[in-house]
Amino acid sequence: MTMKKNSKLRGFSIHIMPYSEIRELTITERVKKILQLVLGNRVVILQGKLRPEEEIRLIEDTMAMVDHIKTFKGIELAVVDAHRGDAGFFLKMRRGIAQGLTGESNSLTVIGPASVVKEIKKDPSKIEVFFG
Amino acid sequence: MNMIKILSRFFGGLFKRKNNLKIGFYGPPNAGKTSLANLLCKDWTGEELGTVSEVPHETREVQFKEKVEIEHNGKKMLLKIVDTPGIATKIDYEDFIEYGIAKQEAKKRAKEATQGIIEAIKWLDDMDAVIIVLDATENPYSQVNLTIIGNLLARKIPVLIVANKMDLRKANVKKIEAAFPEYSVVGISAKKATNMDNFYDEIFKLTKRV
Repeated sequence: MTMKKNSKLRGFSIHIMPYSEIRELTITERVKKILQLVLGNRVVILQGKLRPEEEIRLIEDTMAMVDHIKTFKGIELAVVDAHRGDAGFFLKMRRGIAQGLTGESNSLTVIGPASVVKEIKKDPSKIEVFFG
Repeated sequence: MNMIKILSRFFGGLFKRKNNLKIGFYGPPNAGKTSLANLLCKDWTGEELGTVSEVPHETREVQFKEKVEIEHNGKKMLLKIVDTPGIATKIDYEDFIEYGIAKQEAKKRAKEATQGIIEAIKWLDDMDAVIIVLDATENPYSQVNLTIIGNLLARKIPVLIVANKMDLRKANVKKIEAAFPEYSVVGISAKKATNMDNFYDEIFKLTKRV
C-alpha cells in the first residue's frame, strides 16, 4: 500500500483498528463507531474487512450523514485483499462469507473522510491512497 | 418477520410467474444505467424511462417501467424495469457547480442524490435479477462495484454485468471480465445501441437463473 500527499494537506490522523475492537459490536454499532472516527478526520485502517451488508450499510449511513452534516462530503473506502490476484472476485467473496461471517481475514480496509482522502486507487496487486 | 409476511412470501414465490420479473439497473454514477434502460424501454414500449445527462447523479430517484415485453429470437418475456440512482460513497455539491449549475441548485441536487442512493440500496432486496452497468473506460476495481456485487451475491440475486461506453477509445471490456471472471459480461454502447443482440441473449439467460 502506498500513500501520496499533496502540499495542501490538512490535519488528520490514522487510526489502526484491530478487528477485536469491533468483534463484539452489532452492525449498527460497528458502522457508527467507524463513522464517528471518520467524522473526527481520522483515516481508519481496519485489520480485516466488513461483511457486504456492513459495507452497504456504511454507504447508506454515510449518505444520511452527508445529508445532515454540512461539512461532511462522504467517505473513501477500499479493501486490500491479501489473496491478491490468485482468485476471482466470486471466490474471494465466497471465501469471505465462509470465514464464519466474522470479517476477520488477512485483508485491510481503509476508510477515510472524502475531504481528506482524495482517492483510493486499487487494482488486484496494489492500493494507492491519495490525500488531498 | 410476521406470519402474514412469511405466508405471502411463500405463496408469492410459489406462484410467481417467471416472466414478470423485476430487473434492477445498478452501478456507479454516470455509467449509463438510464441510457441503457431508456434504450430497452424505447425499443419495446416506445417510451423512455428518464432523462440522461453528462452531469453525475442525473437520476436521483428510483424510476420504473411496468410490463416491458421483450421479444428476442422467438422468445418473449415480460419485465418490470427498475432504474436506480448511481451508488457512490461521497457527494459534494461543488462537483455540480463545475458543470455550470448554480450553488443553490447544486446543493439541492446533492441532497437529492444522497437520498437517491439510500433509496437505491433499499430497493436491492426487491430485485429478482440485477444488471450492473459499468463504464468500460473506468477502473472496475472500485469498492462501490465490489460492494454492490458482494451484496447481490450474499442475497443470491442473479447478476449480469454490462460494460457500457464501448464506443469510446479507452473502453476495455477485458479488464471488466478479468475483474469479475465468474460473471457474464457483455460489452455494449447504449449511446450507439451496439451489440444489443448479445445483450438481449444475456437478459434471457439471466432470467433463467431466477
